[in-house]
Amino acid sequence: MNYLPGIFNYLVVVFLMMAGFYVVIAQGNLIKKLVGLGLFQASVFILYITMGNISGGRAPIVVEGVTAYSSPLPHVLILTAIVVGVATTAVGLALAVRIHEAYDSVEEDQIHAEDIAADEALMDAKTTGREDDRR
Amino acid sequence: MIALAAILLSDLFAVVMLFGVYSLLTAALFMDLDAVDVAFTEAAVGAGVTTVLMLSSLHLTRRWEALPRRKPLLGLLVIGITGAALVYAVLDAPLLGDPTAPVHQHVTPRYLEQGAEEVGVPNLVTAVLASYRGYDTFGETVVIFTAGLAVLLLLGIHEDARMRPGVSAIGDQVVLRSVVKPLLPLILIFGLYVQFHGDFGAGGGFQAGVIFATAFVLYELVFGEGSARAVVPPGWLHRLAALGVLIYGGVGVYSLLAGKAFLDYSALATDPVHGQHLGILLVELGVGIAVFSVVLLIFYAFSGRSRRQ
Repeated sequence: MNYLPGIFNYLVVVFLMMAGFYVVIAQGNLIKKLVGLGLFQASVFILYITMGNISGGRAPIVVEGVTAYSSPLPHVLILTAIVVGVATTAVGLALAVRIHEAYDSVEEDQIHAEDIAADEALMDAKTTGREDDRR
Repeated sequence: MIALAAILLSDLFAVVMLFGVYSLLTAALFMDLDAVDVAFTEAAVGAGVTTVLMLSSLHLTRRWEALPRRKPLLGLLVIGITGAALVYAVLDAPLLGDPTAPVHQHVTPRYLEQGAEEVGVPNLVTAVLASYRGYDTFGETVVIFTAGLAVLLLLGIHEDARMRPGVSAIGDQVVLRSVVKPLLPLILIFGLYVQFHGDFGAGGGFQAGVIFATAFVLYELVFGEGSARAVVPPGWLHRLAALGVLIYGGVGVYSLLAGKAFLDYSALATDPVHGQHLGILLVELGVGIAVFSVVLLIFYAFSGRSRRQ
């Protein structure tokens, strides 16, 4: 068994994981961040399935005359994780949609700018309100 | 490469489509690594449902990304360091296909050697999913149910005034209609097959639920908004989702009442292996119903929301 082919899948996983991580931390668009999260998630799936693989093995469905099977445990974990992943992605997308309705933008910078502007307006309103009271 | 393109493009529509392609390629890779059940799920979920959901939320937000104003240097530095650390860790990882890897040492031999006799189900993935690790799967079903509730709370299901059954947003596509019409019953039958044959071949409740929901999503997309709602009203769906979780939990409580541990299926019949069969069938049915209704519910919530002007 050669070293490099044996480890190649893990290197792919690291590359994809970092690509997804980069999108999540460095890009401002919320929907793109969710895509990045999906990339990251898929890389973890590949990592698990790679670990469960066994050379010369078959899919873990019992058949006469086959002795080596891939480990079913990582398959189970990832299978459910995929479906849970789509459900949580949907929650994230729903949040993005609501944010877009409130701010008319899904860009992080613009949302922060609007937040700060709203805070300052609120502060201004408070201070002027107090001054009004004093008068 | 596709991942890179997805990062660099600023047209979010292209990004989402590339993400679908990426999912499909991942599914092919899983197939190559002997993980048939996982490949199945990834193909149905990643390439189908996720893409549709992302597209509908793009419709609700906007297609083009704003030009990036921040500098990517800090991000690149962080992922450079993390990536280097991970590559260093990977150098010690067990090689692909190594039979002495830790994964193949702990509980796996027991699942492989005794799973078929103890549970009586040839598909070991189903055996581990529904029987050995039934608690995990119950938890995950509840998570999916909760996610469905969260989407419902955030978006709600709106009846749009513009929504008329039979009028599709993409127009009257004769080719699509005539292709999809004969395809739909086949998809539904395939979904049922995957649901009930999951003990023997690849498949199970999770995949079947998604495939079943995909049929309705396709119907709604091609035959007009509101068509699928006429078949499965949204009001049923949250009850159905709760029913799925209840079936799963009910099997567990029944085995408790019968004097066995929670989700110990041998309580369901006099013969333990027969009880396992029955338990797995019921539990997978619960999972299938819950997943189907939650996925369709999420789709309704996204598709029914009109874009705020």
